Amino acid sequence: MSMYIEDTIAAISTPPGQGGIGIVRVSGPDARSIGRRLFRFARGDDFASHHLHYGVITDDAGGDAIDEAMAVLMSAPRSYTREDVLEIHCHGGLLVVERVLAVVLKAGARLAEPGEFTRRAFLNGRIDLLEAEAVMDVITSRSEASLALARKQQDGALSRRIGAVRDSLRQALALLEAFIDFPEDDIGTADTDAIRNYVYRSCIDIDSLVSRFDEGRIMRDGIAALIVGKPNAGKSSLLNLLLGQQRAIVTHIAGTTRDIIEETASFGGLAVRLLDTAGIRHTDDVVEQEGIDRALECIPLADLVLFVLDMSRPFDHEDGLILSRLSGKTVLLVCNKSDLVVDTGLPPELDAFERCMVSSHTGQGIEELKARIRSTFLGAGVLDSREFVAISRARHRDALVSARQVLAGFLDGLAGGRELETLSIDLRDALDAVGRVTGETTPDDVLDIIFSSFCIGK
Amino acid sequence: MHCYETPYDVIVVGAGHAGCEAALAAARMGCSTLLLTINLDAVALMSCNPAIGGLAKGHLVREIDALGGEMAKNIDATGIQFRVLNTRKGPAVRASRAQADKQLYRLRMKRTLENQDQLFLKQGEVTGLYLEGGELRGVDTRSGIRFIGKTVVLTTGTFMRGLIHIGLTNYPGGRAGDLPSVGLSDQLRQLGFEIGRLKTGTPARLDRRTIDFTKLEPQHGDSPPQPFSFSTERITMPQVPCHIAYTNPRSHDIIRSGLDRSPLYAGVIEGIGPRYCPSIEDKVVRFPDKERHQTFIEPEGLETVEVYPSGMSTSLPIDIQIPFYRSIVGLERVEIMRPAYAIEYDYADPIQLHASLETKRIRGLYHAGQINGTSGYEEAAAQGLMAGINAALAVKGRAPLVLGRHEAYIGVMIDDLVTLGTKEPYRMFTSRAEYRLLLREDNADLRLREHGHAVGLLPEGEYAAFLVKRELIYSESIRIAASRLALDDSQVALLESYGVHDLQKGVTLEHLLKRPEITYEQLTELDDVSRETPAIIREQVEIQVKYRGYIDRQLEQVERARSFESTRIPESFDYAVVSGLTSEVREKLIKNRPGTLGQASRIPGVTPAAISVISIALKMRGDGKVAGR
Repeated sequence: MSMYIEDTIAAISTPPGQGGIGIVRVSGPDARSIGRRLFRFARGDDFASHHLHYGVITDDAGGDAIDEAMAVLMSAPRSYTREDVLEIHCHGGLLVVERVLAVVLKAGARLAEPGEFTRRAFLNGRIDLLEAEAVMDVITSRSEASLALARKQQDGALSRRIGAVRDSLRQALALLEAFIDFPEDDIGTADTDAIRNYVYRSCIDIDSLVSRFDEGRIMRDGIAALIVGKPNAGKSSLLNLLLGQQRAIVTHIAGTTRDIIEETASFGGLAVRLLDTAGIRHTDDVVEQEGIDRALECIPLADLVLFVLDMSRPFDHEDGLILSRLSGKTVLLVCNKSDLVVDTGLPPELDAFERCMVSSHTGQGIEELKARIRSTFLGAGVLDSREFVAISRARHRDALVSARQVLAGFLDGLAGGRELETLSIDLRDALDAVGRVTGETTPDDVLDIIFSSFCIGK
Repeated sequence: MHCYETPYDVIVVGAGHAGCEAALAAARMGCSTLLLTINLDAVALMSCNPAIGGLAKGHLVREIDALGGEMAKNIDATGIQFRVLNTRKGPAVRASRAQADKQLYRLRMKRTLENQDQLFLKQGEVTGLYLEGGELRGVDTRSGIRFIGKTVVLTTGTFMRGLIHIGLTNYPGGRAGDLPSVGLSDQLRQLGFEIGRLKTGTPARLDRRTIDFTKLEPQHGDSPPQPFSFSTERITMPQVPCHIAYTNPRSHDIIRSGLDRSPLYAGVIEGIGPRYCPSIEDKVVRFPDKERHQTFIEPEGLETVEVYPSGMSTSLPIDIQIPFYRSIVGLERVEIMRPAYAIEYDYADPIQLHASLETKRIRGLYHAGQINGTSGYEEAAAQGLMAGINAALAVKGRAPLVLGRHEAYIGVMIDDLVTLGTKEPYRMFTSRAEYRLLLREDNADLRLREHGHAVGLLPEGEYAAFLVKRELIYSESIRIAASRLALDDSQVALLESYGVHDLQKGVTLEHLLKRPEITYEQLTELDDVSRETPAIIREQVEIQVKYRGYIDRQLEQVERARSFESTRIPESFDYAVVSGLTSEVREKLIKNRPGTLGQASRIPGVTPAAISVISIALKMRGDGKVAGR
């Protein structure tokens, strides 16, 4: 990684998929010359920094036009990466944006690695490490909620929570070190109860932070919800209702959906990838069988299974086939066609699952279903809470998990009467792990606590 | 100024604990060495407590010995009480401590200096460095003699602009009874050194005959006393006890009644004092709820009635000192022979030094001891030794000896000092060492003898003895790993009596020794060869087996840090053009000028991100590119 400051990188900086506009961003010393070569100005022939220019993007100097475009050059250091940054705003069709990127790469830029713009911003001192990580999350966030979380992290809420863990561990270490370094001072014998209490307290805090890690991941990455059900239970209608648009082809012919359809929606801030599957039944149709197999294969990968039951028909063998694959999964029963017939003859195995009554025909119950999906993962009102802190980076989680493991060993050792100086190694390791997120603990930090807690000195 | 006819390789200024080690090391390495002191009767004087060692300090003394220094031998010859502290804790945090006969200690050291070839001991107050065109050439003295030397080691202790405080009375002095050093620190400041002010204090010396020892609790040393030096066979000095006494609420009232005339609280003292060695008024003010403070009444020597009440230093006026000491049970009629006092002195922030202890500003000038902001005889001696070694190596045109943080407390201390600087008197603590389990008193020779030998300081006989010991440890480790027990009935019965039940036939001695229930001592009951193993070999083998897991864990950490520690940052490295550093970090790095990436990473506020930025910049420099953009 020693070379990248020298070269010029480029990437599509708008999210993949259809959009009104697509942006190709170029950063590095050649950004301006690449821009001048590919961009045909409607007026003038060079960029004024931080001015939006209108023109045409071409496939090479004097070459064919690819698209109408707007282009802006932000000269170093007044840019996100503190390098020269060129942005080409073109029409949002994926093909067009990819074509523009291709000509930029051909003109001498290198395709950026994921997050490389932010890494440059960080390396060039534009932002610090925690900011950089939070910005990475902003870039990839797909919904308002993950934006909110990312912003909270930038504000340091996470740092404060982990800081509290660090403070408890420092107190414990100071107590322990005092009994090692000052055997002749009148400070009594090692207060193992107090040491244990400090460590317990930090373990509880770590556990709570780690358990929220999943919420953090869910808010950033969203969840995968698999819609399953026997043929013609109304899965595709449900998908369309949840999306609020016609996406899946809906017919009354069982087995219409043969592949898996994937769409993303946002329910109250939770990004949900909805996977619609082929109806599951015994079939002789090879294509349909393939779809069913894929649906069953998807079950273990899904965060949530929406099990659609056709309430106008009795629970039958095919429903049972699905049910047999759902053990251990988070399942929401979607009782469809509840407007047609009320058939309450459901088997007792289903009692364990939460259920929602909907009508994919009238749309009744859809909003409740969305709310239920959201609350299953995020808990009611949790997004509004100012206290909400989540660890949204695997790095943080790893640091806390490894600290937690070391501390478990520490507590065993303390109970088993292990030497203080080997116990101290555990505490220092835990502090180092936590320090990877919050900053280190120096020996002087520990001595400060000792001198302020004990009357030391001969 | 009269220029003395003989030029020297090394001139050492000050003959305290740092200066003596520096001069001895340089002379023993074959350099003609001049040792200058303000008072030849105060060579190696213990100005404060009459003791050597303690936690981390004992470690330093053993390291000094392993490298070929004198302190351990000197205390072994003059110590009147020896104790190993923390014996109920693990081997890494056990430490030796000894009471010294102060006069014998100083006289033996003086004799050692006098008998050393190539070492010239002279009385004289150094008033300034002698420079020609910015190059160091020697020193000038008060009496008008200029001494020419290739290198100079400054070990000025508390003497530079020393100011003694007793209550609101104060007067210049290097120590009670000695003149201060005037002029030298002003010159250092003019040369561009950052000079600061520190404070320390010492308790009164009391007349033993006026203390009722029947009211105090005696504390005896270990029997037999364990020596510091790897070369000392046994302690031959008579051994005496210390006594423990306590202050009481009345003592604290007396202290409080005098606070308005405390130079500290009245703001007369500007220097910063050590937090780990607070005066009694500090203790009373900071811990008002504590009903008593402990003191050890330590003998100052066998032939004197003076005793030292540890932990009872004060700068309160004498009319408070007298009733205060007399308020202590057992000391009701005590006579003060020398009053307690505080002393302020000049120091040069050690951030201005290379890890060799040579100043960054003036080539050939080395600082050691309290001038570097440290406190303690052992800290001073260890720096003096390293400064002496490195001055001698420089004279010989050889690279300096810099000990790593994983090798020695000396390495930890000097790295802390030159990397972080210090604003208060720096004392060694074991908690400062991240590789504490590796840095034990018992293995100081295994860690450092090779270095002592390589620089030419260690006598051949001591080195040969060390090689034998190391070989014995190695062969015994191999033997116990390969020796298997047949586990006959008597052995099984014996092991069961120690609580070991579940053993398989053919278990190795090493495996057995790993068990917490089994010590090497118990192996001797199962195995004939073990009985013949000398105690010092048993100790090493046992520690290495029992702590292998932790030792290996720390060795791994050392290995991981090695690339950082060995990546040098050139002196010419321009932080100003490295992009990606915050201005705060940049400022710190420009001020500290760390010598390695490892050092840089230990500067507070220098983040791992900044370190990766610097390492990238260094790599790019290595590729022939300009650092940063």
